[in-house]
Parts: sequence; C-alpha cells; structure tokens
Amino acid sequence: MTISRAEVQHVARLARLGLSTEEMDRLASELDHILDAMQALRQLDTSAIPPTAQVIPLRNVMRDDVSRRSWPVDEILANAPATHDGQFLVPPVLD
Amino acid sequence: MDPLTSRSIRELRKLLDQRDVSALEVARAHLERIEALDESTVRSLLTVTRDVAEEQARRADERLANGDTQPLLGIPMILKDVLTTRGIRTTAGSKILENFVPIEDATITRRLAEAGTVLLGKANMDEFAMGSSTENSAYFPTRNPWDLDRVPGGSSGGSAAAVGAEFAPFALGTDTGGSIRQPGALCGVVGFKPTYGRVSRYGLIAFASSLDQIGPFTRSVEDCALVMNAIAGHDPCDSTSLQASVPDYTAALREVSLKGVRLALPREYFSVEGMEPAVDASVKASIAHLESLGANLGEVSLPHTQYGLATYYLIAPAECSANLARYDGVKYGLSVREPGAGLWDVYERSRGAGFGREVKRRIILGTYALSSGYYDAYYLKAQKVRTLIKQDFDAVFEKFDAVVGPTSPNVAFPLGAKTQDPLAMYLNDLFTIPTSLAGLPGVSVPAGMVDGLPVGLQIIGKALDESTVLRIAHAFEQSTEWHKLRSPVAQRVVSRESRAGSPI
Repeated sequence: MTISRAEVQHVARLARLGLSTEEMDRLASELDHILDAMQALRQLDTSAIPPTAQVIPLRNVMRDDVSRRSWPVDEILANAPATHDGQFLVPPVLD
Repeated sequence: MDPLTSRSIRELRKLLDQRDVSALEVARAHLERIEALDESTVRSLLTVTRDVAEEQARRADERLANGDTQPLLGIPMILKDVLTTRGIRTTAGSKILENFVPIEDATITRRLAEAGTVLLGKANMDEFAMGSSTENSAYFPTRNPWDLDRVPGGSSGGSAAAVGAEFAPFALGTDTGGSIRQPGALCGVVGFKPTYGRVSRYGLIAFASSLDQIGPFTRSVEDCALVMNAIAGHDPCDSTSLQASVPDYTAALREVSLKGVRLALPREYFSVEGMEPAVDASVKASIAHLESLGANLGEVSLPHTQYGLATYYLIAPAECSANLARYDGVKYGLSVREPGAGLWDVYERSRGAGFGREVKRRIILGTYALSSGYYDAYYLKAQKVRTLIKQDFDAVFEKFDAVVGPTSPNVAFPLGAKTQDPLAMYLNDLFTIPTSLAGLPGVSVPAGMVDGLPVGLQIIGKALDESTVLRIAHAFEQSTEWHKLRSPVAQRVVSRESRAGSPI
C-alpha cells in the first residue's frame, strides 16, 4: 500500500499534531513500511472471533456518590501555562 | 566488607533492624554512589532527589527506633519518571512535560512511602514509555552497565541500568509490551511484570491503558517478592485494579524443588528468524537446568505468536493516540503560544514541538488505525487477533503451570544500531508482547552470558498466579550463579562509600 503525504496531513490534523513537510514525508514512508508488515493479520479468519478490548473480567466500576475534598484552585492551576482570575487562559476559540 | 550499595533488600533489612547502620547512612551511601558515577557511566537518572531521600531516611530511622518492622522500611529505591511524585518534576521522558511538577503522588509512590522506602531519584526512559532502548528519551540515552556502548533496553532502561549499576537495590518500571522484562534481561537483573490490574496504575502517566502495568527491578527474586508484597492490591482510584486478594509472595519461595511443576516450551519461542543463535542456545541450557530441578517439560504451540507484533503495534498506538490527546498546551506542559494564534494553533504547535519522533510516529499510526474507513481493517482486526493470542495461552495453561522461553531474541545492542529502522526495534519485543496482550504475569531472570552480555530467561504464568512464576524463578536463581555476576559499573568502587559501608 502507499500512504501519501496528504493522508499523513489529514491524520495529523485529526490528531492536532503539527508536523513539518519533512516529517510528513518521512512518516508517509515509515507508515507504509509498518502497515505493510501489519497486512499479515489479514491472513487470519476472525469472522467468528469477538474482539478483546481488555483482558480482565471487569464490568463498569462505580463508586458511592459522596462528596469529597477537591483540589484547591491554586494547585490545579500551578502547572498551567497561562491563567486569569483563577481560570485556565486559552487563546480565542472563535475568530 | 561489601559496600552498602551492593546489598540486597534482605541484607539491608537485617543491618537496619540490628542497628548496624541507619537508614540515613544507607541512603547517603547510595546517593554518593549515584552522584559519583551516574553522569559519567550509565546516565540512568533524570532527577536525583537527595533532599527527599534524606528526609524520608530520617523518618524511617524514627520509625525504626519506635519498633516499626515493615519489610521495606529504610530501603532506598528509584521510580521510573512516568510515576507521579508530588512536588518532584515528572517528565515521562518527554520535553512536553519538562517542567511538570505533579500535585499528587501516584498510588505506587504513596504506598512505597508508607512502607518506609526512600526515594533516590527518577529514572530515565523512552519518551512516554515508547521504545525498547531508552534512546527515545527526549533528554539523553541511558547506557548498559555491562557495556557503556550498548543500550540498556527499554522503555524502563533507566530503572534497569540503575539496579544493574548498584545505585539502588530496587527500582520501579512499567511494562506495556516488554518494557520491564526486556531491559531486565539486557541489564542482567530481575524484571517482573505482574498480572494486568494487580498493581494500581493511578498516577502512572498512561501510554496504552489496556496493557500498562507497573512492576519491580531487583537483583534477586526474593527482593522482587518483597517489593510485590508492598505494591500489589486493589486501589479504588484505579477502576481496572483487581479486587483479588494478595498472597504473601515470599511464601512461594520456600519450595525450592520444582518436582512436578509442568513447564511449557512454545516452539515459536526457539530457533526463530531474527533470534541470535547464542541466546537461543543459552536459554535452552537454562531450560535443561529447570528440568534437572524436577520440572516436567513439554513442547507446545502458541500458534498466533507471529501475529503478536502487528497486533500490538496497532492496539498500543491506537490507545496512545487517545491518551496523549490530553497534552494540549492548556492545562499543563509545554505551550507554544504565538501572538494572534488561535486555540487550534496552540494545540498543533505545542504538540508538534513537545513530542519526539517515535511518539509522533505512534500518534499518527494510532490515529490512522482508528480513523474512519480503517477502524475495522486495523484496530478491530487487531482486537480480534488479541483474543486468539489470549486463547493460545488459555489452552496451554490447561495442562501447564508456566511457560518458559527467552525474554529477548538478542543481547544488548550498540547505541544507534536500530534507531533508523522502527521494525527492527519492534522485534525486540517479539517474546514479551504476547504476554502483555494476554495480561499475564511474566518475569525475566539472569540466565546466561553471551560475549560478556546478560541473557534473560522469561517465565510466564497464569493470570494472578505471580506466586508460581516467582517460585520457578527463585528455584532457578538459587541453583545458578548468574545473578551473582556484577556488571563492570557495579564493580566500580566509590571511595567515600566504602567508609559509609563500615559498621558504626
């Protein structure tokens, strides 16, 4: 199979991942190579096999709906790149 | 007298309990060794936490004076830098978290602190635990204590190298597709991945959530059991942690004979393409030794082994692409904000600047495998093959107590040898990935030397049956000499340390 730079660009956009043109070209060829190796899975007939998302026999895990201590605002914001009035400061979402 | 830094947990326990030495002296001996040697040899640590260590050691000495007898009280250790530590920078080996100081301890950090351990530092690793050589660290590569021109394995290469260099009697790592067992093998130490869900992942910076598991590196199986006793068990903060009761793992080690233990040898794990013949021969000799201890061997097939790599390299990147979406340059971590830039630009530029090459590769691969039109062909297909791989093990465990084979198809390789070829690097995990996909416990124990480099024997057990895995590993270790070999870096003497090692 052949992955184009445009396909990498599309996927990078879905992942909100900024890539240079060189990175996109290199990833296109690497991805090609890797996905080729993964074609081996197609040899297997899995039509009757259920998928495994995780291996332990767990169902939804609930906790009691009780209030508990929350983190102080200043601690939550301690690692934030920018804050304003005790909130995360973000650039404009809409122009 | 042997220096304090060459001692096992059990030996240190005795010295501490008899008041031959204080926890502060033990901590300082290790810190001095790290400060004297790490930079110029293996470079295993991203952060040395001297102040924390001395404070925790003083507290351990107070507890000792009050008659506290917890098994890990006063024992120094190192955490992989993917486990959060309140007030101590935690990078996950990535530039995107270069200045990240967690506000909360991981459950494992808290449990080990409550057990009285002393944190010496945070270990280097492949960025976000993606890699098999620790060359994907955004900071610097770690080197192998047996040969500084070679890699320590990965992704927990810093933790493995630190234990192999005798910087700490134990370290914690994480294993997603082999990231504890493979560096354990390459550095000649014990590396143990518990059953998925056995150890809480709360505060472990996530890579692939259906696979990630925390486990110890030690220089003996008994020490491994002691650490497991302290870290295993349910945690309400991790909804995937198991409710199952936790046995005393040291109890399993009392049985030294392997009489009647049924060991399966998968034919797919021996004499296969890409495997170094000397490693193959070394592991076969170790298995013959297990037979001489009374084990019954039987050849089996794990027929879907050859599909493990492809399955893993679809599932793990898919999960990583979702987990790493949280690094958005808004709440924490690197944020690239240029004047006039909108939110979308901040996302793309922060992530583009903050993630390294392998992480980008996996985000793209994972996003591709999950994207519309490809989901069924790649991600769903891989999840179905994962079922087949798990069923392979289920069938074998109906007749056998454990599976034995090599940990890695090769010994430690030179730095740079595989960095340009992702598929060659991924092959390192050939024998560890199927276990991870099936969620099973597995250990690597030192089991041979090839050209001066360690070989690991892998023992894989049934889900939650860590005890049998450790029992077999212990019986092997105690009847061989491999674990007593010390790496060249371990043999380097630090002068002040030898004084600190004398009884007071």
